[in-house]
Amino acid sequence: MTNHWADIKHADVIVVMGGNSAEAHPCGFKWVIEAKVKNNAKLVVIDPRFTRTASVADIYCPIRPGTDIAFLNAVTKYLLDHDKLQHEYVNAYTNCGFIVKEGFGFQDGLFTGYDEEKRDYDKATWEYEIGPDGYAVVDPTLQHPRCVMQLLKQHVAQYTPELVERICGSPKEKFLQICELIATTSVPDRTMSSLYALGWTHHSKGSQNIRAMTIVQMLLGNIGMLGGGMNALRGHSNIQGLTDLGLMSNLLPGYMTLPQEREVTLADYMSTKRFKPLRPGQTSYWQNYGKFFVSFQKAFYGKAATKENDWAYDYLPKLDVLAYDVLRAFEMAQDGKISGYVIQGFNPLMSFPNRAKMTEAFSKMKFIVVMDPLQTETARFWQDHGEYNAVDPKAIQTEVFELPTTCFAEDEGSLSNSSRWLQWHWAAQEAPAEARSDIDIMASLHLRIKALYEKEGGAFPDPILNVNWPYEIEDAPRPDELAREINGYTLADIKDASGAVIPAGKQVDGFAQLTDDGTTACGCWVYSGCFTEKGNQMARRDNTDPGDRGIAPNWAWAWPSNRRILYNRASCDPQGKPWAERKKLMEWNGSRWVGFDVPDYGPTVAPDKNVGPFIMNPEGVARLFVRGLMRDGPFPAHYEPFESPQANLTAPKIRGNPASRIFKRDLAQLGEPKDYPYAATSYRLTEHFHFWTKHARVNAILQPEFFVEISEQLAAEKGVSRGDWVRVWSPRGSIKAKAVVTKRIKPLMCDGKAVHVVGIPHHFGFTGSTKPGFGPNSLTPVVGDANIETPEFKAWLVNLERTTPPAVPVA
Amino acid sequence: MTMQMSRRTLMKGIGAGVAVSSLGSLGFAALEPAMAASVRAYKLAQTRETRNTCPYCSVACGVIMYSLGDKSKNARASVLHIEGDPDHPVNRGTLCPKGAGLLDFVHSETRTKYPMHRAPGSTEMKRVSWDFALDRIARLLKDDRDKNFIAKSGDVTVNRWVSTGFLGASATTNETAYLTYKVVRSMGAVTFDNQARV
Repeated sequence: MTNHWADIKHADVIVVMGGNSAEAHPCGFKWVIEAKVKNNAKLVVIDPRFTRTASVADIYCPIRPGTDIAFLNAVTKYLLDHDKLQHEYVNAYTNCGFIVKEGFGFQDGLFTGYDEEKRDYDKATWEYEIGPDGYAVVDPTLQHPRCVMQLLKQHVAQYTPELVERICGSPKEKFLQICELIATTSVPDRTMSSLYALGWTHHSKGSQNIRAMTIVQMLLGNIGMLGGGMNALRGHSNIQGLTDLGLMSNLLPGYMTLPQEREVTLADYMSTKRFKPLRPGQTSYWQNYGKFFVSFQKAFYGKAATKENDWAYDYLPKLDVLAYDVLRAFEMAQDGKISGYVIQGFNPLMSFPNRAKMTEAFSKMKFIVVMDPLQTETARFWQDHGEYNAVDPKAIQTEVFELPTTCFAEDEGSLSNSSRWLQWHWAAQEAPAEARSDIDIMASLHLRIKALYEKEGGAFPDPILNVNWPYEIEDAPRPDELAREINGYTLADIKDASGAVIPAGKQVDGFAQLTDDGTTACGCWVYSGCFTEKGNQMARRDNTDPGDRGIAPNWAWAWPSNRRILYNRASCDPQGKPWAERKKLMEWNGSRWVGFDVPDYGPTVAPDKNVGPFIMNPEGVARLFVRGLMRDGPFPAHYEPFESPQANLTAPKIRGNPASRIFKRDLAQLGEPKDYPYAATSYRLTEHFHFWTKHARVNAILQPEFFVEISEQLAAEKGVSRGDWVRVWSPRGSIKAKAVVTKRIKPLMCDGKAVHVVGIPHHFGFTGSTKPGFGPNSLTPVVGDANIETPEFKAWLVNLERTTPPAVPVA
Repeated sequence: MTMQMSRRTLMKGIGAGVAVSSLGSLGFAALEPAMAASVRAYKLAQTRETRNTCPYCSVACGVIMYSLGDKSKNARASVLHIEGDPDHPVNRGTLCPKGAGLLDFVHSETRTKYPMHRAPGSTEMKRVSWDFALDRIARLLKDDRDKNFIAKSGDVTVNRWVSTGFLGASATTNETAYLTYKVVRSMGAVTFDNQARV
């Protein structure tokens, strides 16, 4: 979230699209109700199903799964056509006037530079024109035919309300009603909050779904504002934290990247990270990359990271592909190229697409290790559970370990929520039986592997032998020791910005004190400030809320720098005055930035310095046009899901997202609408969380059984009554479920044809207290978002028929 | 480090005070001791309160866990009640249908309790010792790393290990995640992901 949960109360319009927060984030959704009751806010819900969120909406509009970009680009067109922009904001704070290189274009659904063979673009023309002064050329009049504003107008011109109706199945009147409401927030004193979740990310163009709404929000001047923002409602309690800390194939902590093979030396690596400002005087904060990187290497490798060895640059692995994401990993595993998997608190057998492929892949591994507080399906992928897991254990040669771990009730530490708040928690009971914490298990494994390398030698043992391990009890590092290391500390006397000396061995106050000369260590720069000399900031429990802004600045700690609303400099006009008194968040008091939040800006940088509010961007402004920074285009374009009931009306020859990677076998397993006529989508239930709560008795009683949800019309067509068993299948698998026949899903009229939607909930499997069932992944295709490889779980094709109940599973 | 608030104890004190004074004012002073003796002690009054956050979705509602046992060496603490934390600025004491069932998650019958091992081709899992499990896993990891580690690609030092994958959890603490990162990355592993996408 650029903003935070309680901030939603300040919104005047709330759009929930690509999410269902009333059911998936119920206690956060209270703030939507608060906004409706206390701030007279209007709630808009755009969703294929009439969800519980929709049930309290002022306007509900149905949409065919996977067509959000067509809808949102049409909203952008509406705003441009009706001149409903926050002009002063757009002109000052976005790249609307930047001129794009000659040669850039978009035709037949493709941007310039497409290579069909590689399913990739040469993005050379997706850049700004650079002037003789070395800076991007800008036309403040916005008249230049190649300026971003003109290109945007051109790009969205085809997205008419009529096209929305034909593609999305959303009635034109509803669409226009929503546009009118959204447009009311273009005035400086009204804001709109966008709430989204996996309903936007689970698509082969998930990142561009978000981009499409970001463009809308920038045109309306709603970023950095109270009650505004792009608010990603994360799906789990700490995937925000795990991503912040870089637990991904290609990341280092704090959104730094792992080197690629072409970055042979540290100098090569740093050459792409200098982030020279693209306009005069801009902050371009990533210019400090070297300080964050060197401090990370010092935290990781301690004395072994020296100036002479380029801070142990060669200890880091280098990638030969963009990333070894899980779709790639299980493709390799299917070919027997993955020996083993170590799986912490994760149930990939049920969570990754194409379960049959997952079973095959796990069966080809030599070993898997599952560390979990619950008995997962993954740890039992080799067990015969009848129709629910039909395998022959004797034919599976995989060695399996299941290690019992503690859960939240038994451990101490911090989690990062959607608001980027790091909240510390404490243990209330002992671990059950022999369960151990993940920290202890990982530390023990490390120490044992290290001992083996010391004794036997082996492949490049240096980073294992030299990793910094300063913990009092080696096989049980304490959470507070780790938190201190994440925050960072001085290794020698350093001077802060005021010139005062900070002695060696002290916790740093924040990332501004980090250095690139080896005198500071910091595990994750964006978390720097979480555990300072003043103590554990994440454990703070003062809920005082000055000005009733909902910020509670002394409750826990938010990254970065305890800042609660990102880009908050943009809550003021270029002169430093709040855009509106009722939206007052920060202001320039003549000598510094003051207000309810920590300024996302140089605290004493005066407004007349013309420094843009988007300080991480070398432009200093927000990007309506994202240059070559995304693989599938500088503007979002409508692409159908890889399996869709309709050809792409804007570019009939293109299947799916042209820049998404898809492996041959997975491509061969895609279905066609003639065989699989129904649009399927997956979702969560109010009573369950992922595959966990089926192990909790009360939740298993509340929602005891797997089902699929279909419309009354489809039920009638198929002769299915409520509670009948149905079979649902795709080219990748077949499942049985009871049918819930509902008014919550209705057929959508798309280009003159009725499209039936089949809803398939998560949560069920063959372990736990609920009745055995399936997950959507038995049916879903293996293809991911072009930028981040999030699987397309929210839009694919199935067929459906009435059937007999499943056989009783083997006990 | 543990922060203990004693809201329950405070409330109990206030409640008892009110009851005593109103009974007294009605002239039933003699009944007070009998009355007090007949009222069963409020169950939560004997518990220890611990602040935590719900491990499910990303709202991260504050919760208060009530456990028996004072954490002394011979008393095994066990959580007997969990409710929303009224001081928390987001959930303000409430919990949703998922979070309201947390106690049953903590005490689920299908929690893992002992290290288990399934040998290749076997139809069952057997209980093993931690030492057996950790030694065996360390051996499997080292052997695979030694066998498949890629030190060079042409002349370029790449030092990567692709052939064993690692998946980070979605509800472990940041501190766990950081240590996991350290252990995994220091081995050069690149087949590494978390649950952010699913």
